[in-house]
Amino acid sequence: MKTLADLKKIREQAQKNMSLRESNNRIKIVIGMGTSGIAMGAREVMKTFLNELANRKIDDVLVTQTGEKGLSSMEPVVDIIEEGKPTITYGLVNSEKAKRIVSEHIVNGKVIEEFVVEAK
Amino acid sequence: MSQNKRMDVLLCCGSGCISAGAKKLKEKIIELSKKHNIENEINIIETGCMGPCNLGPVMTIYPEGVFYQKVKVEDIQEIVEEHFIKGRPVKRLMSQGDNKVISEKKEVPFFQNQVKVALENCGYLNPEKIEEYIALDGYEALVTSILEKTPEEVIQEIKDSGLRGRGGGGFPTGVKWGFVQANKNKPKYVVCNADEGDPGAFMDRSLLEGDPHRVLEGMLIAAYAVGASKGFFYIRAEYPLAVVRIKNAIEQARESGLLGENIFGTDFSFDAEVRMGAGAFVCGEETALINSIMGMRGQPNPKPPYPANSGAWQKPTLVNNVETLANLPTIMRKGAKWFSSMGTETSKGTKVFALTGDIKNTGLVEVPMGISLNDLIFNIGGGMAEGKKFKGVQLGGPSGGCLTAEDLQTQIDYESLKAKGAMMGSGGVIVMDDTKCMVNVAKFFLEFTVDESCGKCVPCRVGLKQMYNILDNITKGKGKKGDIERLITLGESIQKLSLCGLGQSAPNPVLSTIKNFREEYEAHINDKMCPTCVCTDLYHIEIDKDKCIGCSLCSRKCPVTCITGSRTEKYTIAQVDCIKCGNCIEVCPVSAIDKIPGMSSEVLNIANNIEED
Repeated sequence: MKTLADLKKIREQAQKNMSLRESNNRIKIVIGMGTSGIAMGAREVMKTFLNELANRKIDDVLVTQTGEKGLSSMEPVVDIIEEGKPTITYGLVNSEKAKRIVSEHIVNGKVIEEFVVEAK
Repeated sequence: MSQNKRMDVLLCCGSGCISAGAKKLKEKIIELSKKHNIENEINIIETGCMGPCNLGPVMTIYPEGVFYQKVKVEDIQEIVEEHFIKGRPVKRLMSQGDNKVISEKKEVPFFQNQVKVALENCGYLNPEKIEEYIALDGYEALVTSILEKTPEEVIQEIKDSGLRGRGGGGFPTGVKWGFVQANKNKPKYVVCNADEGDPGAFMDRSLLEGDPHRVLEGMLIAAYAVGASKGFFYIRAEYPLAVVRIKNAIEQARESGLLGENIFGTDFSFDAEVRMGAGAFVCGEETALINSIMGMRGQPNPKPPYPANSGAWQKPTLVNNVETLANLPTIMRKGAKWFSSMGTETSKGTKVFALTGDIKNTGLVEVPMGISLNDLIFNIGGGMAEGKKFKGVQLGGPSGGCLTAEDLQTQIDYESLKAKGAMMGSGGVIVMDDTKCMVNVAKFFLEFTVDESCGKCVPCRVGLKQMYNILDNITKGKGKKGDIERLITLGESIQKLSLCGLGQSAPNPVLSTIKNFREEYEAHINDKMCPTCVCTDLYHIEIDKDKCIGCSLCSRKCPVTCITGSRTEKYTIAQVDCIKCGNCIEVCPVSAIDKIPGMSSEVLNIANNIEED
């Protein structure tokens, strides 16, 4: 390290690694991880989201989980929460759909109507 | 790929939580997350002290910011399976508010009302990673200082901030720096005084363990300002984790080019190392500390010359406390105005306190100067432990004084506490309930300073021992008329005549308890009675015959068989033989046995006869 710019570079990288502890995320992806969600493959879906976001180097999106949502027939269920926009709930999500959600919804901001269970 | 992670588990690994079992929790988390195949999704980070030590082991889990307390190894399975895998935080391990469960750390009452400057990152970052400190704006203050400011400007900023020494003395930090800077003798040294020795104090240890880079950055800023080229962390060997963490921080800073020759391409060269102390209380005194660093016996020298002019190896030496250094990076980053907006007219900023004793929330807290003792003890400290009544509070450890309920409105700043006969000290706050005997408390602290006196000057070496003997006699029922006056005369002479701060402050606990609890001393001396039944010779144990059911349990449990009786005539204690072990009180099924203040008449008669002989 020789200059202030060097320090700032290290800082930016390090801040990315600590982003989980900050709450400045643009979008929150909440995956229903109740018993039925897990039985229907919610863990695979979550891993896909994590990998997909990492591959695309998206670091302002938070992946987290919640319990049973009561929509057992639509599991795995995923909420996309973005401030100032209606929360979109996708149902029957699998790895393929998760990849599409990342590319179309998260990156391009386009809701994939055919997967939507609820928007409020 | 750290982005793959979805959870940061911050496990408090301050010494308190480690002794409560935090390391075992970590092993269990690792074991179970491997079993469930989620170990790649979770960061497990050991942090420094989070503060609420009585709730330990504690942990905070991000992104939610969920705060768990009193976690046991058996709870880990539920945390991993419910929270980590299914995302259902475990409510029963959260802080229980009046009507609701408090899940998030920032909403726990203990953390509200606190203002964290020195402790800003403590319990939040991984203390073994320089990157995490840098991510939280670490080293920015240092780099901008050395690249954009002259040493004079840095000193002026610290003077303007009003920062005063946090080790207890309260000397204005900027002024001290000015003295060292003005001396043109080279090389100059900076010493971080981490010889924290007061019973019940752990502020410095927690800072060094929890955020070592902050202390190191503080030292670098100080070194740049005064023109020093070499630094020493003087840490006692009882703090092994603090030593490891600061050594690691020094190593990382060296690798990053923050320590060494021509730092950031400037003329400023600096390196630091750790010197371990053997744990003598007197080595917290700066001249004794410097002697110890040089490999000599840890004894103080008369001042002047002050270390600022002639310290280590007779060179100008700046000695600053850990907490003082920890404040510097934030002051330089946010400015003197921001810092001086907190606190009182003469005491600016915040102060870290180690809250201990008979209160609900013990632990490490940081509050703005000027809040009242009442707020500190009853709001942040949560008030007295269940069913206890406040009696007094000892501020500043064995060098400080004891205050009473009447002083609770006193605001916490250097001058107000001094006016009341206590002192800021390094920040140990020991709260005592009404079961404590103040004579005994004074004796405890004096025993500590008698032990720790280095023996160089007579008032401290001999005088304290004499005071101790008088106190010892008082607590054993051998107090004489005039003892209180003798204690005051001795104490005041020792304060005036001792060579260093140890002796000058050691009589404080005795003098302040005499001032505030004189009636207790008088009861011990004149009535041969310890009102709180603490001093063994000055109370006795009696069986209430109206309550006694004659079950004989006490008699059978008595190790000296001094309890006799029968079912019909009930039981009595032969007072002369009783050793006051308290077994009978514990086993009595109907609570008929109790401690009664004062000597029993039998023992008193014998004592009087001996005196007449």
